[in-house]
Amino acid sequence: MTQSVVTPTPGTEAPATIAGGGSRRRWVLLAVGLVAALALPWFVYPPVAMDIVAMALFAIALDILLGYTGLLSFGHAAFWGSSAYVTGLIATHYGVPFPVAVVGGALFAMLLALPVGYLSVRRSGIYFAMVTLAFGQMVYFIGYQWSDLTGGENGLQGVPRKFFGIELVETESFYFYYAALPILLLGMWGAWRIVHSPFGRVLVSIRDNTQRARALGYEVEKYKVIAFVLSAGLTGLAGGVFAINHGFVALTELHWTTSGEVVLMTVLGGIGTLWGGVLGAFLAVMLADYLASSGFDGIDLVTGSVFVLVVLLFRRGVWGTVRHQWLARQQRRTSSRRASASADPARRRP
Amino acid sequence: MTTSGRVALRTQALTKVFRGFHAVDSVNLEVREGNVHALVGPNGAGKTTLFNLLTGFVSPTSGTITVFDEDVTGQQPEQVARRGVARSFQITSLFETLTSREHVELALQGLTRQGFRFWRSEKLLDRHRARVDELLAQVGLVPLAEKPVGLLAYGQKRALELALVLALDPRVMLLDEPTAGMGTEDVDRTIELVRRIAAGRTVVFVDHNMHVVGSLADRVTVLQQGRILAEGAYDEVRNDERVITAYLGEAEHA
Repeated sequence: MTQSVVTPTPGTEAPATIAGGGSRRRWVLLAVGLVAALALPWFVYPPVAMDIVAMALFAIALDILLGYTGLLSFGHAAFWGSSAYVTGLIATHYGVPFPVAVVGGALFAMLLALPVGYLSVRRSGIYFAMVTLAFGQMVYFIGYQWSDLTGGENGLQGVPRKFFGIELVETESFYFYYAALPILLLGMWGAWRIVHSPFGRVLVSIRDNTQRARALGYEVEKYKVIAFVLSAGLTGLAGGVFAINHGFVALTELHWTTSGEVVLMTVLGGIGTLWGGVLGAFLAVMLADYLASSGFDGIDLVTGSVFVLVVLLFRRGVWGTVRHQWLARQQRRTSSRRASASADPARRRP
Repeated sequence: MTTSGRVALRTQALTKVFRGFHAVDSVNLEVREGNVHALVGPNGAGKTTLFNLLTGFVSPTSGTITVFDEDVTGQQPEQVARRGVARSFQITSLFETLTSREHVELALQGLTRQGFRFWRSEKLLDRHRARVDELLAQVGLVPLAEKPVGLLAYGQKRALELALVLALDPRVMLLDEPTAGMGTEDVDRTIELVRRIAAGRTVVFVDHNMHVVGSLADRVTVLQQGRILAEGAYDEVRNDERVITAYLGEAEHA
């Protein structure tokens, strides 16, 4: 933290906030992330690479609610899964290029999130989680029962992958990855924009102290509903790409275990950081893939144990812990640099 | 200060019953525009409940509340805030991870539609910079503007509370124990501060410290067991027999 010079007169030089080092670090991270995203299908089986990035966006979308607004949604499978189905149905019935179908799926997810969010934000804490879970289950049962449309237990089979007649993309996962990646990166950029906007600032204030935010005139419930709908939209983008990636939508995508999985990934990576979701998704998908390909059938046992260990050892999640250590080190450096300057209280751990 | 101005805040037969307990019991309160009005009374007299009623955090069992003759009974806290009634909290109530500057920016943005702009950069908040600096200067927090409030000292947090209330440019300011938990030195500084920001505004405050009440209040309302026991100028009230037995006596001999 760069402490500004004491300026008793307003209107003088704007104090440089975390500027310099902080934003440089941010750009470096961004560059590393982009290179990693571009390189991923060279090292990982391309469909799995696509799953990782889709899951990463899913986790990031959830983090807008969990990490930035302080709302634990336990029903996000409803938005992920319904967008997967709608994307699949649009792609199947209209033969449009897949990005169009994905956008259609995301819009549907947002539409669905509007009433769900409107009713859920009336409750907070565990009750909010339970209401979203209940809505998630309702959507699951609709998906299960309406088998004419969704294929019921068999799932939605044979979802085509159209892309302006470019055959490489339509048939080869490796090229499809690069065609779909921009959609997901755009979604991630959207999440970043949201949390670093005036709106995002209000979300953080609601998370930190809801009553205080209301006393400042903020219509807290409206903000929560908007955050919910935006989160569902980004989740929908991810779910849609996931459906096209597999050419198939399984009923599991709507199941509550999917909601649980994304919460797990987000917490594993570290909430309230965005990057945490990326890391969490990467670790969770890679681990599951590794275990599955080595013929081990207790995947959930292992991922569950890893989750428990991480939460016990790194309360802030993997990314959150790394980031915290980094910031603490920065802090120590700056404070030792101006050791005599002030008697700064050591950064208190929240 | 005058006592002839318009009525800024009025309650009529305001009552709040919690499970049969009358926390606030048919209170008729009138706060005149431009006055500094103190609410005093022993613990459990209903002061904080009254504050919560006035700001929409608690809805009344019966009775009405009007702000400049506009009925605000049963409105939500954010609606009341939007009608120009701003409050501070008895227990310091801030956003632990944000800096003082970010707090004041939030407060300035609170009454606009800017907070809904999720597609814009948070740099948009910089447009308030001059006003933020001015408000922080008023409460002496400019040097600490970029520190997360979790790192501020108690008195500094209380000062920030006042800056937040001021940022809303309210028609009526409600301060819930602005000097709660402060040492003498901070109390005097806060009295000065409140006096400065109260100029030309309507202020209602709760405080247990009679020195604070005596220094600031144009008018004092004494509450006891949810009812108004006495009302008047500080000197009238402190000499009132009933008040002495109920409250002031204890406080002065303490």
